[in-house]
Amino acid sequence: MIKGALFGCALVSVATTVGIVIALFLPAFEFFQEVSFLDYITGTEWAPLFLQASFGVIPLIVGTISVTIWASLIAIPLGLGSAIFLSEYARPRVRATLKPALELLAGVPTVVYGYFALTWVTPHLKDLGLGVGVFNALSAGLVMGVMIIPTVASLSEDAMSAVPRDLRYGAYALGSSKLQVSTRIVVPAAVSGIVAAFVLGISRAIGETMIVLLAAGQQPTLSFDPRQAVETMSAFIAATGAGDVPTGSTEYKTIFAVGATLFVMTLILNFFSIRLVRKYREVYE
Amino acid sequence: MSAASLSTGRRRGVWRGRIFVGLLLLSMAVGFLALGTLCVDVLQKGLAYFDSVLLTNGPSSDPDIAGARPAILATLYLGVLLILFTVPIGVGTAIYLEEYADRHRWPNRLLELNIQNLAAVPSIVYGILGLAFLVRGLGLGRVLLAGALILTLLVLPTVIIAAREAIRAVPSSIREGAYALGATQWQVVSRQVLPAAIPGIATGSILALARAIGETAPLILIGALTFISFNPTVMGPFTALPVQIYNWTKLPDEKFKALAAAAIIVLLIMVLLLNAGAIWLRNRYQKRW
Repeated sequence: MIKGALFGCALVSVATTVGIVIALFLPAFEFFQEVSFLDYITGTEWAPLFLQASFGVIPLIVGTISVTIWASLIAIPLGLGSAIFLSEYARPRVRATLKPALELLAGVPTVVYGYFALTWVTPHLKDLGLGVGVFNALSAGLVMGVMIIPTVASLSEDAMSAVPRDLRYGAYALGSSKLQVSTRIVVPAAVSGIVAAFVLGISRAIGETMIVLLAAGQQPTLSFDPRQAVETMSAFIAATGAGDVPTGSTEYKTIFAVGATLFVMTLILNFFSIRLVRKYREVYE
Repeated sequence: MSAASLSTGRRRGVWRGRIFVGLLLLSMAVGFLALGTLCVDVLQKGLAYFDSVLLTNGPSSDPDIAGARPAILATLYLGVLLILFTVPIGVGTAIYLEEYADRHRWPNRLLELNIQNLAAVPSIVYGILGLAFLVRGLGLGRVLLAGALILTLLVLPTVIIAAREAIRAVPSSIREGAYALGATQWQVVSRQVLPAAIPGIATGSILALARAIGETAPLILIGALTFISFNPTVMGPFTALPVQIYNWTKLPDEKFKALAAAAIIVLLIMVLLLNAGAIWLRNRYQKRW
């Protein structure tokens, strides 16, 4: 009886996944009966609300990737650097203070980061003479990168801490310096966990909504120019879902088609990341 | 190799090591600097509007008398409902996975994989789920309860993962001791394992709450964008504090941006207090076996 009730709790998660799949793919399927899948996936113009509507998703994907690249350029090196510091250099007491403090970066609500990107970072980029627009991919990407640092740092640090001490002592016995042990022993030994952290960070960046909605704009453009406004998949979904689109219309269904695309992209990255984490756990634990 | 070149080599190594540590420290510092700048910026812009008007008035088209009372109240309601829904389901799932399920059977492994993946699904996708099933499918409408349910599903994986870790940390000797005294499995779980795991579970739940009250995207999607000037009810339309911040930030008038900064101060205080509480709890009650 008790086991049944507990199993019932566990079923909520299964129901959530089933619910997400049904909620996304059923309307998306209807959408693809009105718009050809090939036109959607290869089309280079996104204008669902125009009289001559056009449903090419490439500009939204380009916008998403453009912001994600800038976020990764910040989060990957800084996250990895923080992880090496916490795992190899910080004393236990320092680590116990710094790690939760770093986690705070991930705890700041995304709408607050969006505000910061729009009202502080963009004006300062303008002052630097970068010629950025009011809405631009660069500012959103940089701030998103800061937000993702703890995701990358925390998972990488877990992987590095799982590397057995013996490997480090062996290298020290051969006369290696701390720098050599960190970069030539620990990082290579933890590489699958570190890559998993990168992948999860990228997955976060792709799905993040509020920062791009506020700071990157809502202009589907087919350009990787970071100074321009772009529209990401998530921003499109939020902006369209917030408006009063009539249920059942093609515009309404675009929410689900784009949502399904976003879901599939993040799903692939998540599985890849989960597999990599399992790999290093199998080796060292 | 001569002694001289050996010593220059060593010196170079020392310098390389120092530069490397410097770079590592720098990479930690960037994040903290960004956070510090953000806080200073928000305080500078928002303090002028951070007053009793903000806490007691409803929204208005005049920024000088506009407040966020309905939004703040709705966020508090959402938080209470969220904890009521999330903790029992999350802890129940964690107990099932840790204490009852056979980890080598495929349905349970699939369940684990499913939870890990759900933890990384973008929040906006949960918003779509809420829009399709709760708001339009079930006909619940754009009400606070729908928002609370969606946030529940959103943070449930985080709570499950935290609760599992807390339960796993309880040593098996405690379980075996209780079994040896003739306890049933449920007695072992409810009287030995759960009490010992409570600090870990509470820490995880508080962190989940802190994350949930700052979530904006799924609430926008299920329609928390409306102009609400009255106090929220569970089955009524609502707007939450982060959504209110988004609305004010979007407006071109600089005064509304300052108002948004003031509301951000309120939200950040809530989030920081919850985080601090979680860290305190972890340090205070963390047991080492």
